[in-house]
Amino acid sequence: MSVFSLAPRRVWLLAGYAAAASALLGAPLYLNDFRLNLLAKFLALAIVALGLDLLWGYTGVLSLGHGVFFGLGAYAMAMHLKLVASGGKLPDFMSWSGLTKLPWFWKPFGSPAFAMLAGLLLPMLLALLLGWFTFQSRIKGVYFTILTQALVIITTTLFVGQQAYTGGTNGITGYTTLFGLRLSDPRVKVWLYLVTAVALLAAFALCRYLAGSRFGRVLRAIRDGENRARFIGYDPSRYQVTAFCISAGLAGLAGMLFVLHVGIISPSMMGIVPSIEMVLWVAIGGRGTLVGAVLGAILMNGAKSLLSESYPELWTLLIGLLFVAVVIFMPRGLAGLVDLPAALRRRRERTDAGGGSGGVGGFGNAAGAEAGGAEGVRHSPV
Amino acid sequence: MEMRPAQKPEARKASGILRCEEIVVDFDGFKALQGMNFTLRQGELRFLIGPNGAGKTTLLDVICGKVKPASGRVLFRGEIDLTKRREHQIARLGIGRKFQAPSIFPSLTVREHLEIAMRQDRGVFATLRAKMTPADEERIAEQLRMIGLEAKAGRKAGSLSHGEKQWLEIGMMLMQEPEVLLLDEPAAGMTDRETEKTGLLLREIARRRSVVVVEHDMEFVRNFASSVTVMHEGRLLAEGSVDEVQRDERVMEVYLGRRRDADAGRSTA
Ligand SMILES: Nc1ncnc2c1ncn2[C@@H]1O[C@H](COP(=O)(O)OP(=O)(O)OP(=O)(O)O)[C@@H](O)[C@H]1O
Ligand SMILES: [Mg+2]
Repeated sequence: MSVFSLAPRRVWLLAGYAAAASALLGAPLYLNDFRLNLLAKFLALAIVALGLDLLWGYTGVLSLGHGVFFGLGAYAMAMHLKLVASGGKLPDFMSWSGLTKLPWFWKPFGSPAFAMLAGLLLPMLLALLLGWFTFQSRIKGVYFTILTQALVIITTTLFVGQQAYTGGTNGITGYTTLFGLRLSDPRVKVWLYLVTAVALLAAFALCRYLAGSRFGRVLRAIRDGENRARFIGYDPSRYQVTAFCISAGLAGLAGMLFVLHVGIISPSMMGIVPSIEMVLWVAIGGRGTLVGAVLGAILMNGAKSLLSESYPELWTLLIGLLFVAVVIFMPRGLAGLVDLPAALRRRRERTDAGGGSGGVGGFGNAAGAEAGGAEGVRHSPV
Repeated sequence: MEMRPAQKPEARKASGILRCEEIVVDFDGFKALQGMNFTLRQGELRFLIGPNGAGKTTLLDVICGKVKPASGRVLFRGEIDLTKRREHQIARLGIGRKFQAPSIFPSLTVREHLEIAMRQDRGVFATLRAKMTPADEERIAEQLRMIGLEAKAGRKAGSLSHGEKQWLEIGMMLMQEPEVLLLDEPAAGMTDRETEKTGLLLREIARRRSVVVVEHDMEFVRNFASSVTVMHEGRLLAEGSVDEVQRDERVMEVYLGRRRDADAGRSTA
């Protein structure tokens, strides 16, 4: 059971990772510029999915507000790119809105290092603040999720309203160079793709480490039974805040990369609908499995760009239907399909074992184990 | 993180390792505990009995911080008032709790349960860096043997039988190395054989720790030469050995209906 059956599995897993990594890094060799740019965008979005999965799949905290963290990262990068493109002059949308001087908080974004740091740390800081107050006061489940939606509404309203500072509904666009490299140059695009692929691989490695560490096991324990975890001495709020912050940081990173590939960020790209879509990638890919989250993001966005070009109105309909179908028929997402043979085998094992212990006494152990297994923690008095 | 200030054993003995004073618990007007007093001595195994709704579970809830009393104090080691602490802080002080219904983490394996329950620094940064040492492995293996789940170490706990879940919980509690253990009906819903095994586990546990066990089955209690506390309607009713308590007029009165029910239940089983 133990070492001998695990070892080959591990080898296969590593081989799988190596193959996926080489396919990703080798993509510039076999994709044209247009496709490569699309893939780059999807890979950036897959980083959001990873972070969301850590938070939702592993910790059991559902955020429908990750558009905001993604957007903050994207805006930080966009502000830098805009300042560079404006070449010392006031960015165009500011002068249209009647500003004559660069606002103070825009100034440090002239430095690329500051902008990148801000793109990572601002989302984390916001998550820390929101998470601290909510998890500490044991606001959770649906209430937390509603709060994250409120965050989206507040943020997008603010960004739309403060046109002079944020570019309003149009957002920020019209970039030229980063580090002196022309963003429209195909060779630069290849580099940006590679940077994104490496970032995704690094994010994946980080999440794998976290999920496989004792920290990750505590996260899963908290997901399964927050109160139970408390009574063995863990403070769930600390763990939830940490997961929320890491997740927000990854969304920020993704936002920064996204802007480089897409060339624009606007409030509609961080609003309610994108925030929900992000969660759908994870749901469809399979929450609680990191590979599932990445694949979900890439496949869904691939399907979206294929379909929405020809039938834009069909896409929204389809995504809704797909979500319903996944929730009802594949609660574990695409990743659940891969595990199907194993799941069936386990079920067979379990019924065998259940039959055996049920015979020992008159307490109907088999039935009790089933009910307890599925509901144990939720229905316990804890 | 887990500080346990050294203290002279005599000092603990004098006041008891755990002392509940005049605890009142008010559930929206219903007083589940109405001035309960209870003292547990260092190293003692104490059974807590009483009819349904007497407030036994509620008393344990107060001790481990799940329920905040309207008034009264719970002194741990004669100095720390537990009613002022939060659940995870109380657990870190060295008080372990096993709930009435098995409450495990269904998607974690048996081994993972013991790993996270193990006595350790429970901060975020500590668990991020935590590595399994050979000593940890040994400790977990030993615990697996003790609760008889070696063969199921890699199984998800959700797939265990009722009895196995209860033992896993006991195992988790022992991994915490608490000073005080609170067990709520550890043998409830178990087969005779499982109950026997639980009895053995309990004996093992009680050798080194102070333990409170809620238990209805007097035959089970009789196997242990220890003292019994009887609760009724949120108050202390009687305290003493099994025989003393069973001879007590008030206890007989309170238990009469219940005893008859239990006998009826046994004959049909
Ligand atoms: N959260 C709650 N809100 C309201 N009433 C409660 C709550 N918890 C317990 N009670 C009530 O308090 C009383 C004491 O309950 P408790 O669970 O402590 O009894 P018990 O002695 O453990 O009984 P049993 O033997 O059935 O487990 C019961 O009448 C119960 O209905
Ligand atoms: Mg009870």
